[in-house]
Amino acid sequence: MPQLSRWLARTALVYLLAALLLGVAIPAAGGHSPYLSTAWPVYIHLLVLGWATQLIAAVAFWMFPRAEPKAAASDAPGWAMYGLLNAGLLLRAVTEPVVERHSLLPLAALLQLAAILIFAATLWPRIRGR
Amino acid sequence: MPLASRIFLRLALSHLVAGSILGAWLLAAKGGWPPMPPAWFRAAHVEMLLAGWLLNLIMGTAYWILPRHTTGPARGRAGPVVFALVALNAGVIAAGCGGSLVGGRALEALAAASFALHAWTRVRPSSRPAPREP
Repeated sequence: MPQLSRWLARTALVYLLAALLLGVAIPAAGGHSPYLSTAWPVYIHLLVLGWATQLIAAVAFWMFPRAEPKAAASDAPGWAMYGLLNAGLLLRAVTEPVVERHSLLPLAALLQLAAILIFAATLWPRIRGR
Repeated sequence: MPLASRIFLRLALSHLVAGSILGAWLLAAKGGWPPMPPAWFRAAHVEMLLAGWLLNLIMGTAYWILPRHTTGPARGRAGPVVFALVALNAGVIAAGCGGSLVGGRALEALAAASFALHAWTRVRPSSRPAPREP
């Protein structure tokens, strides 16, 4: 398993744990925490984007047929995707539940969208017959 | 990678990109720019990512990688898989883009049933012998 896939998979596991802990904390707080009472979208996106999509990316970068010989392949787009996705997701996690920080949400949205566009563009040519 | 898997996976990536554009718009709009989009954006965002992205990806990968049959067509009859491909994507568009939520979800359920019918007999031990222990 290449280094990029290992980082993606381990980070995905961290998000899974974080999401499930948040899933416990939200109902446990019972509406007494301003952050937790509006953190439902963060919980969903930690699971779907941080856990599922990042784990899928780990396996896809590892297992999908390469479009070019292995020696010529660059992991740079994959690392860019990793950095942008996690920067965007973490920024979203600390800003979305707090109204005073909502001015940073367009940046979080752009970071996550850029990561997805890089992921799709990198994987598209690797979807091919042998 | 067989043709049906390539189509499933490219549709999965297309739903991921389209659903993420809608999601980025929805998230950024909470911050004041761009303006808040129409309500159907949220339904389309959810449908494209949960059904369009994840189900197309799972079905495409499963069709490619599950153990193949030793007799007859290696991956079984193509009919149920083609039906699942068409029904799933028509369902996502119908349910997510304001067509018919019930009709779209029904198409997605039919796609799942058709794919399960196909995959049922391929979920078995591989016919290739396991490597010998040292």
